[in-house]
Amino acid sequence: MSDRHVEHFVAPVDPADAIEVDSVSLGDRRSNLWIDAWRDLRRRPLFYISTAIVLLVTTVALFPSLFTDVSPTLNCQLGDSNGGPAAGHPLGFTLQGCDVYSRIINGASTSLSVGVFVILITATIGIPMGAIAAYYGGWIDALLSRIGDIFFAIPYFLAAVVVMSVLSAHRNVFVIAFAIAGFAWASLARILRAEVLQVKNLEYVMASEAVGRSKFSTLLRHVLPNSLTPVIVYLTIALGGAITAEATLSFLGIGLPSSIMSWGGDISRAQTSLRIAPMALFWPSLALTITVLAFIMLGELIRDALDPKARAHR
Amino acid sequence: MLMYVGRRLLQAIPVFFGTTFLIYFMVFSMPGDPVIALFGDKTPNPAVLAQVTAQYNLDKPFFVQYFLYLGNLFTGNLGVTFSGRNVNDILASALPVTVKLVLMAVVIELLLSITIGLISGLRKGRVIDHSNLVTALVLSSVPPFVALFVAQYFIGIKLGWAPVTVGANTTWGAMFLPALVIALTIYVTGMRLMRGSVIEAQSAEYVRTAAAKGLSRKRIIPVHIARNSLIPVVTNSAASFGALIAGTTVTEGIFNIPGVGYVLFSAIRLGENATVVSFVTILTILYVVVNILVDLLYAVLDPRIRYV
Repeated sequence: MSDRHVEHFVAPVDPADAIEVDSVSLGDRRSNLWIDAWRDLRRRPLFYISTAIVLLVTTVALFPSLFTDVSPTLNCQLGDSNGGPAAGHPLGFTLQGCDVYSRIINGASTSLSVGVFVILITATIGIPMGAIAAYYGGWIDALLSRIGDIFFAIPYFLAAVVVMSVLSAHRNVFVIAFAIAGFAWASLARILRAEVLQVKNLEYVMASEAVGRSKFSTLLRHVLPNSLTPVIVYLTIALGGAITAEATLSFLGIGLPSSIMSWGGDISRAQTSLRIAPMALFWPSLALTITVLAFIMLGELIRDALDPKARAHR
Repeated sequence: MLMYVGRRLLQAIPVFFGTTFLIYFMVFSMPGDPVIALFGDKTPNPAVLAQVTAQYNLDKPFFVQYFLYLGNLFTGNLGVTFSGRNVNDILASALPVTVKLVLMAVVIELLLSITIGLISGLRKGRVIDHSNLVTALVLSSVPPFVALFVAQYFIGIKLGWAPVTVGANTTWGAMFLPALVIALTIYVTGMRLMRGSVIEAQSAEYVRTAAAKGLSRKRIIPVHIARNSLIPVVTNSAASFGALIAGTTVTEGIFNIPGVGYVLFSAIRLGENATVVSFVTILTILYVVVNILVDLLYAVLDPRIRYV
C-alpha cells in the first residue's frame, strides 16, 4: 500500500452549502394540517374574540350565581313591570317585573345545553350513518343513503314543529334537542359520506387492509380520524344553529314551557310590549345573537384554517 | 336530457312516500287523542265521538289510514283545517303571496351576493374584504325572528319608512322590508361562492388573455370575470328558494303576511295540531317539488350535470 497523492480536478466541495440546500429542517417547523390550522388560528383576532365569548357563555351557564344574586323568578314586583334600569337591576324589568339581567344570566344554561345535546345526538346518528354508508358501499350505502334522503327532504325546523306540537305535554330540554337533531343529522351524514368516499381510496387505507386489519377496525382507526375535519366544522356551526332553533321554537310557543327560563321564551313574551318597552326584547335578543355568532364565527374560522385553498385565497 | 329527467323523478318517488309516511307516523304514534282534543274541555257524547272518529278514518288500522290519506293527497283533496276551512282554498289564496315574498327575497339575496362577492373577490385580503365577510357572518347569525323584530321596530315603528305589518295589502312594496331582512340573513353563502369564483377567475387564462390583448378593466370585470363566476351563485340562490318557502313561518307570522307560513304560524300558536301537520306536509312536499325543479333547471343550464 503506497500512499498515493490523489489529485483533485474539481474545486474542493464545501459540504456545508449542500446540506443547507438539500435539507428539510425537521426541527423547527413541523407541519401538518392541524398544526398549520392552529398556527393560522392564532394569528386571527376574531378567533380570540369568539373563543372568549364561548368560554364566557359556558361559565355563565355553569355558574350563574357568580354573575348575579338576584332571583330571576322570585321577588318580581308587578309595580316594576317593563321598568327601566334601577339600582341593582342594570337592564331593567320584564313585563312581569322580573330582573332582565338575571333572567339572561340564568337562561344561558338552557340555550347552551340544548345546543350541546343537539350536536351530541346529531353526531351519534349522523357519523355512523354517513361513515358506514360510504365505507361499505353497495346495498348498505343504497339503503342508508335513501333513509338519509327522506330525513334530509323534510326541513328540520318543520319536523321539529310537528314533534313539539304533538308532544305539548312533554316539553323539556331533552325533547326539544331530540326534535331538532332527529332530522338535522341527515346533513351531517351526507357531508361525512362525501368525505369518507374520498378518504377510503387513499393508499394508507389500502395498506391497513392489506396487512390484515379488519374493515371495521380500519374504518375506526384510519378512515374516520382523517374524515372528521368537515364534521367538526359542521358541528360547531350547528351548535349555533341549534340554539337559534330552540329560541325560535320557544318564540312560537312550542319550545320550552315558561317555567324553564330561556332567551327565546323571554323574547316571545316581550313581543307584546315591543312598542312601549323594546329593551326587554332587545337584551335577551342581544345575548342570543352574540352567543350564536360566537359559535358560527368559530366554526367558520376553523373551516378556513383547515382549508389550504381558503388560506391561499386570503 | 330525458334520461336525466326520468332518473331524477324516479329518485323522488321513495322520498315522497318516505317523507309523508314519516310525518304521518310521527303524529300517529304520539300520545293524545286528536278527536278528544277537538272537544276541548268538554266531555264528548260517546256516539258523537265514534262518529267523528269514523269520519276522520281514525278507527281504521294505521296503514289503511295512511293510504287513505295518500289517496286524498293524490286526488288533490288536502282536507279541512281545525276551524273547518278547506285547505285547497287556503292554499289558492296563500301560496301566491308566499311565492311572491320568497321570490323577492331570493332576487335581493342574489344581487347582494353578486355585488358584495365581486367587490370582495377583486379586493381579496384587503380591509373591505374582511369587513364584508364579518358583516355577512354577523347578519347570518342573527336569529331571523330577532332580525325581523329589529327591522320592524326601527324601520317600521320608529322611522315609519315601511308598513309595520303587511296584512291584506300584499304588494311588492309592502313586502319589501321582510324580503330584505330574509335576504340579509342568508346572503353570506352566495357572497362567499361569488368571492371564491371571482378569485379563481382572476387568475384564469382567459382573463389574462383579455388583459394581454389590451382590454380595459372596465370591460374585463363585468364581461370576463363576473359573468363567468355567476353559475355557483345562481345555483345557490335557486337552491335556497325551496328552503325559504318552507321557512317563511316566522317571517309571515311577525309581519302578518297572509301566506302559507302564516297559516302554520297561527295554527302553532293556537295549538291546532291537525292543521300544523297538514301544512307541514304541504310545505315539505312543496320543498321536495321545488328542489326537483331546481335540479332540472341546473341540467338545462349546465350540460355537464346531464351526463354524469
